[in-house]
Amino acid sequence: MNTAQTETVVEINGLKKSFGTQEVLKNVSLRLLKSENLVILGRSGSGKSVLIKCIVRLLNCDSGTIKVLGEDMNTLGNDDLGELRKKIGFLFQSGALYDSMTVKENLEFPLRRIKKGITQSEIDEKVKKVLEDVGLPDALDKMPSQLSGGMRKRISVARTIIVEPVLMLYDEPTTGLDPETSDEISALINDIQAKHNTSSIIITHDIECARATADRVIMLHDGGVYLEGKLEIFEKSADPLVTSFFRTLCEQPNI
Amino acid sequence: MNMFVPAKVNDLLTAIADAFLFALRTVKETFSRDFEVREFLRQCFQVGYKSLPLVSITGIILGLVLTIQSRPTLVKFGAVAMLPGMVAVSLIREMGPAIIALICAGKIGSSMGAELGSMKVTEQIDAMEVSSTNPMRFLVVTRVLAATLMIPLLILYADALAILGSWAGANIKGDVTFVLFFSQALAHIGFGDLLPAVIKSFFFGGVIGLVGCYKGYTAGRGTESVGIAANSAVVLASLLVIIVDVIAVQITDMLIL
Repeated sequence: MNTAQTETVVEINGLKKSFGTQEVLKNVSLRLLKSENLVILGRSGSGKSVLIKCIVRLLNCDSGTIKVLGEDMNTLGNDDLGELRKKIGFLFQSGALYDSMTVKENLEFPLRRIKKGITQSEIDEKVKKVLEDVGLPDALDKMPSQLSGGMRKRISVARTIIVEPVLMLYDEPTTGLDPETSDEISALINDIQAKHNTSSIIITHDIECARATADRVIMLHDGGVYLEGKLEIFEKSADPLVTSFFRTLCEQPNI
Repeated sequence: MNMFVPAKVNDLLTAIADAFLFALRTVKETFSRDFEVREFLRQCFQVGYKSLPLVSITGIILGLVLTIQSRPTLVKFGAVAMLPGMVAVSLIREMGPAIIALICAGKIGSSMGAELGSMKVTEQIDAMEVSSTNPMRFLVVTRVLAATLMIPLLILYADALAILGSWAGANIKGDVTFVLFFSQALAHIGFGDLLPAVIKSFFFGGVIGLVGCYKGYTAGRGTESVGIAANSAVVLASLLVIIVDVIAVQITDMLIL
């Protein structure tokens, strides 16, 4: 974990998002600072995944402003959005590896499109290095279906960091993994931050992952930010909602 | 919602408008920069080469069955010499394109619907989008173009095999040489038979590709949606193939006769 600096990477003000009559995000405002790991906690259905999908505009928000690296996501044209997304890494909960491609092809896919003019030898070198970084140097020619859950997650991380993003968004990076693999993924998140100086938003239910990675924590509840601060503030809080939520988190297995 | 429009009609009109916009966007993306050549060639292989066994068997059986069914009637009228020509014309003009297009609607339409549907469910399409790749260009344009170009080739190939099957059928109860049968068959096929059939085959291919991709790309989020996407792709593609066929036949009839 690095000490957060003052430069703002993501700034959200008054974000609202509904699906039909269901208001998922009612009024969310937050800031992510440079080199900071921000963990977002909240019950299932509290809108955590919707929030980070709005940040990369996979979902359009109903109202409010989202500024990423100084750009207003709501007004950005398609070409500019494409350019901005080159600086953003998104780790999906399911991994979202391309089933029809080998691990090597999965890793080459974003590289060929984002780093135009890159040579094959440079690609091979980057692929080899990133696989070593995630601890899977021998997975090159495997298909995603041949990988375990933890390996899939690592390859997904590798595919995301291979283009050296400035901002990383992790959607439940340790969900469904055993405690040991979860610890390894948490360590990987910290490694990425240390090596590439990235800023990260981590959506998680895993209290151990939050402990290992968080510089700052935000708890979402009822469509808004309920509490914000260091993790210790949450753990020492006397608020019944926070204590109940943390007790549940500590008791439940990582699912 | 407009209170004068029933909900089902409103949904239907919305779905038609969505599909139309999807088709327009596909056409627009087809002519944009950064065409995905490698993926297009891979899809040509998937659509064309991998359909060869099914199309081959269908083509041979089509010619064989048509000949066996037609022969007794022609014998009754003393017109058995017209058999190669009649079968060839009906195969080239209608039977070949329509049957092979329907077979392809089943095989290719369902495969595209299921593949893109499962990519949607497992967030692979979203992953493509956030890695600055236009999924419409990479997934949809390549598949629609591959289907548009490969299905006419498959139909011509099946037509040739169907005439071969027809020769085999003619020899079950008769005795005609391969060269004589083919020369008689080809003597009855004119430019006016072949060209409209080839043109409508391109439309069949385009419709099958577009419907397969549209159903997969717009699938819902649950795993059940993959099955629904594949199933509805086959049903809608088959229906549209028949509708396009009716329109094509009418246009051909007006222009040629």
